[in-house]
Amino acid sequence: MAIRTEPFVLNMGPQHPSTHGVFRMRVTLDGEVVVDVEPVVGYLHRGIEKLGETRTYTQIIPLTDRLDYVASMTNNFAYVLAVEKLAGIEIPERAEYIRIIMAETMRISSHLMAIGFFLNDLGAMMTPVLYMWREREKLLDLYEMVCGQRLTYNYMRIGGVSQDVPEEFMPALKKWVAEMPRFIDEYDQLLSQNEVLLARTKGVCILPRDTAINIAASGPVLRASGVKWDLRKADPYSIYDRFDFDIPVGTVGDNYDRYWVRMQEARQSVRILEQAIAQLPEGEVRANVPHLLRPPVGEAYGHIEAPKGELGFYLVSDRSIAPYRFHIRPPTLINLTALKDMVVGWKVADLIITFGSIDVCLGEIDR
Amino acid sequence: MTTALKGEQVARTITKALPDSVAAADSMSVVVASQSLYQVAEFLKNTPELDFDYLANLTAVDYMGYFEVVYHLVSLEHNHSLVLKTRCHGRDKPTVPSLVKIWRSADLQEREVYDLMGIVFDGHPNLKRLLLWEGFVGHPLRRDYL
Amino acid sequence: MTLLEQFQLWLGGVWPDWAAYIVPGIVGILIVLAFVVISVIIFIWYERRLLGRFQVRLGPNRLGPEGIFQPIATAVKILLKEDIVPAKGDKIVHWLAPVIVFVPVLLIFAVVPFREGAILTDLNVGIVYVVAISSISTVGIYMAGWASNNKYALIAALRTVAQMVSYELPVVLAILGVVLMTGSLSMTQIVAAQDVPFAVLQPLGFVIFFLGTVAEMNRSPFDLLEADSEIVAGYHIEYSGMKFAMFFLGEYGHALAYSCIITTLFLSGWQGPLLPPIIWFLIKVIAVFSVIVWMRATLPRLRVDQLMSFAWKGLLPMAIINLFIIAAEVLWLPEIAPWIIVAINFVFAIVLVLLWSRLFTLGGGRVEV
Repeated sequence: MAIRTEPFVLNMGPQHPSTHGVFRMRVTLDGEVVVDVEPVVGYLHRGIEKLGETRTYTQIIPLTDRLDYVASMTNNFAYVLAVEKLAGIEIPERAEYIRIIMAETMRISSHLMAIGFFLNDLGAMMTPVLYMWREREKLLDLYEMVCGQRLTYNYMRIGGVSQDVPEEFMPALKKWVAEMPRFIDEYDQLLSQNEVLLARTKGVCILPRDTAINIAASGPVLRASGVKWDLRKADPYSIYDRFDFDIPVGTVGDNYDRYWVRMQEARQSVRILEQAIAQLPEGEVRANVPHLLRPPVGEAYGHIEAPKGELGFYLVSDRSIAPYRFHIRPPTLINLTALKDMVVGWKVADLIITFGSIDVCLGEIDR
Repeated sequence: MTTALKGEQVARTITKALPDSVAAADSMSVVVASQSLYQVAEFLKNTPELDFDYLANLTAVDYMGYFEVVYHLVSLEHNHSLVLKTRCHGRDKPTVPSLVKIWRSADLQEREVYDLMGIVFDGHPNLKRLLLWEGFVGHPLRRDYL
Repeated sequence: MTLLEQFQLWLGGVWPDWAAYIVPGIVGILIVLAFVVISVIIFIWYERRLLGRFQVRLGPNRLGPEGIFQPIATAVKILLKEDIVPAKGDKIVHWLAPVIVFVPVLLIFAVVPFREGAILTDLNVGIVYVVAISSISTVGIYMAGWASNNKYALIAALRTVAQMVSYELPVVLAILGVVLMTGSLSMTQIVAAQDVPFAVLQPLGFVIFFLGTVAEMNRSPFDLLEADSEIVAGYHIEYSGMKFAMFFLGEYGHALAYSCIITTLFLSGWQGPLLPPIIWFLIKVIAVFSVIVWMRATLPRLRVDQLMSFAWKGLLPMAIINLFIIAAEVLWLPEIAPWIIVAINFVFAIVLVLLWSRLFTLGGGRVEV
């Protein structure tokens, strides 16, 4: 004899400690079991795409900082790559290496934050967050050395980077890169075999491989489901084909795999950094690009492997100083398409941590 | 390296299977008439040599005479990509068939295009505004808004 | 003969009977209340500093030397806040709930022996009294969740009832093991019977009792009642001002009370070689509390169905088996040297824990909808 129950709608509203920003979910619950999830976004919509149509190509770079504000320089990187593809600009070698160094350090920073807050959602009371923040603070000091900013860097320019790195940057970076493997091992040792973490995340909220491909998931979410697709290897941009690194791929596609893939990617980023620092040449850091760039008529889609997935910029030019159409392909909005599939049948607690494992950033979703 | 397939080549393959569906083709993209968009998309997904199983990007551009919906397709297996375009005319309620049943990544992206550009996707299960609130009047990303 | 009873006898010679009956009671209550309030304040400070050390940061250190006045600042802040009552909530229940959560915590301290004879009342059913009183807080938490007219609070309230009821059983069975070895329910007798602390004599019982009381206290890893990241403060989501302060104090009061109970039952109370007994008592209480804070800083949270299966499939069978073993030992080996009992119990504890960790997993929660 079953008890008659009635599902109720819980609004995990825009203000919630664990929704990683202003994100709203209307969750239909039957007791503790999730029956339906409807994400509602748009609380951070600032109209960046419309703003882009009335700004010059260089003026859009600070706008792109505000997309994924956790890893801002990768947004800059993707955008200037798209513009260089559109206008056919070549950039100097040193600039390419500096861009790679910045991109990979941003990847480590973003993944550390993602793992830290994933564990915070699990209930570990900020302890993993603060351990990972130690290293991230040193990284933010490095960025401050280079461009004076800790959050929205505005460092990349069309044709290179805005200025060369100061002399104290390289020794500090080398010291940080030398220490990182030990710290990543420390996090791994503290976390990966933790009983409660394994019980809460193994086999929970699985994203099957075919669904992941069909919804065009990208980044760690796709790789955790067993698809070996990383734009740095599949469609190498900048000078990624000169470096030697592996791509970690998960097996099942549960929350634990998404966490594990990010941890391993941080290790691989350290490998790339060591090689980039060793091969860094001297030279200019910025190509000679006109102040008000007028690319030829046409369109281009430039995409990179951002820490959260495939970040793409679609630019249409009509030979004026501002783009005719400026579209951003947000990785996390598209990864969110699968939230309902993953979560139905599990409990409220699993909903929160699955959402944390997708690692959204609202600036990117809402633009 | 992902090879960007030449529009003319793919247009020839498509025309062999589905005649009168391709409107134009250049070296970068294939433009398809909007009535046959759904069949062409199915063909592109299901043909083994093309096998486009990954819809990377869906967006729309407002050229004042017409709207152009742009699809960036990728095949993970063969590592090649294609740009598919379609056009719809009229400013009031331009309509394009929805590709949600073929690639689910079109779900949220089509809602965003509807929200900001006003293009109606025929057959979308849940065509509501995504980024702006319900009750907002107008479609901001159009060139004649403000 | 407790100190208060001696005081009462002496007073009975000087003052009329009714005064000699009331005054020692009031004096005792005031002393215990003072101890509780001061200890709770010190514990709040201690926990925040200790959590800071675990998390590679300093704790609060601005107010006063090493941040000593931080809890006072917290208390002042909470008292100055506006008291908001939800418009559609049940007002009387909303007002009554913090009281029902906080008062039983204070009542527990009536039977905690601070040193030889320093106990407020030496009930001969002391430990049963503790178990009974501590269950009343559950009703208070449920009332708080219901009266808030808030779905998050309701989820928390339902989880509470499930969690508290499940963990009562292993706790009571572990206590029964102690009672069997002591032969009496009175708290002073239990302390007196521990030449060898019961934590050593009954390791399995100690572990079960410890985990069960951490769950009863709603502390991490069992704190899904107030899971900050899921249901946004759970049952006290609609409380502010003094009522929230009652919940807050109630939580730390619970921690203090259960630390004292653990010290009394398993760590031989105030007994110790060199220092005065009250100092030993405080050292042991602070040590137990430090372990509880350590668990909070390190472990993530369990999900509600994992929590329940941990109680019913994990702790409860082990507690029953523990009870049988202790009963067998008390019946058939009453006069044997303690270290043999220690050895037998340790072997049983290790075997059972290993067996359970193989047989019993905490996963598998998907339900077909």
